[in-house]
Amino acid sequence: MKLDSILLVEDDRINALAFKKGLGRVNNAIELIAVETAENALHHLRNADNMPSLIVLDLNLPKMNGIEFLALIKNDAILKGIPVVVLTTSRNPQDKINCFNLQVAGYFVKPIDYFELIESIFNYWKKSEFAHLIKEKQ
Amino acid sequence: MKSTRPILLVEDDRIDAMTIVRAMKELNVTNSIVHVYNGLEALEYLKNLNKEKPCIILLDLNMPKMNGIELLKVLKNDMSLKKLPVVVLTTSNAEKDKTESFNLSVAGYMLKPVDYKQFVDVIKDINLYWTISEIPD
Repeated sequence: MKLDSILLVEDDRINALAFKKGLGRVNNAIELIAVETAENALHHLRNADNMPSLIVLDLNLPKMNGIEFLALIKNDAILKGIPVVVLTTSRNPQDKINCFNLQVAGYFVKPIDYFELIESIFNYWKKSEFAHLIKEKQ
Repeated sequence: MKSTRPILLVEDDRIDAMTIVRAMKELNVTNSIVHVYNGLEALEYLKNLNKEKPCIILLDLNMPKMNGIELLKVLKNDMSLKKLPVVVLTTSNAEKDKTESFNLSVAGYMLKPVDYKQFVDVIKDINLYWTISEIPD
């Protein structure tokens, strides 16, 4: 499978909009689903038809934070096959090490040139294959 | 790469390894490349405390002795090695290999292009991505 959809988990609407705009500039064929909380992301992932190619995750989220969300995903027999890329303002070295131990496939610290970042994420993942994750319908 | 540590290339095919090294050189990647020929040799390198840990691992799948999936299983069960990002670089288009690799949390699964220019493009995007991304210390 190829990159066809991205689930963005980001509580800041301005950042989410910037991501959407940036992605639209590099490619407008990829479906972007944006949610504001980890709970909504989990709710979205409960539906077998909603499996994204890639998850882009902010760490600092209300209620359940990004690292807690990651731990849940990586302990789920099906969801663990979805690569997760972290996009954060956190310069805390402990966050970084926790995320890599939880198997993130990239860890980007803002502020960085947003367009360059999205372009690089897109160029990299469009060359990658993805697993065909089959989730039993509940 | 965002780190000066070496890149660990696990690849049994000498021609493919030469192509990757040549592409890195062409792209002015300054990290040294440690080339090993199978999973066992990779483990030997990674377990040797005198050797510098790599910033990323580029992993072929079909290899003798210990193949890429077998190596991944060992790495991802090792508390000190599991954090290392592993990018699969293979000719295998098999669904089973992709699923097993992603279930073992690889950070990318790239098919080796036959054409050299496209091969350089793949290496270029891998290098740029891991230059912007943080890398575990």
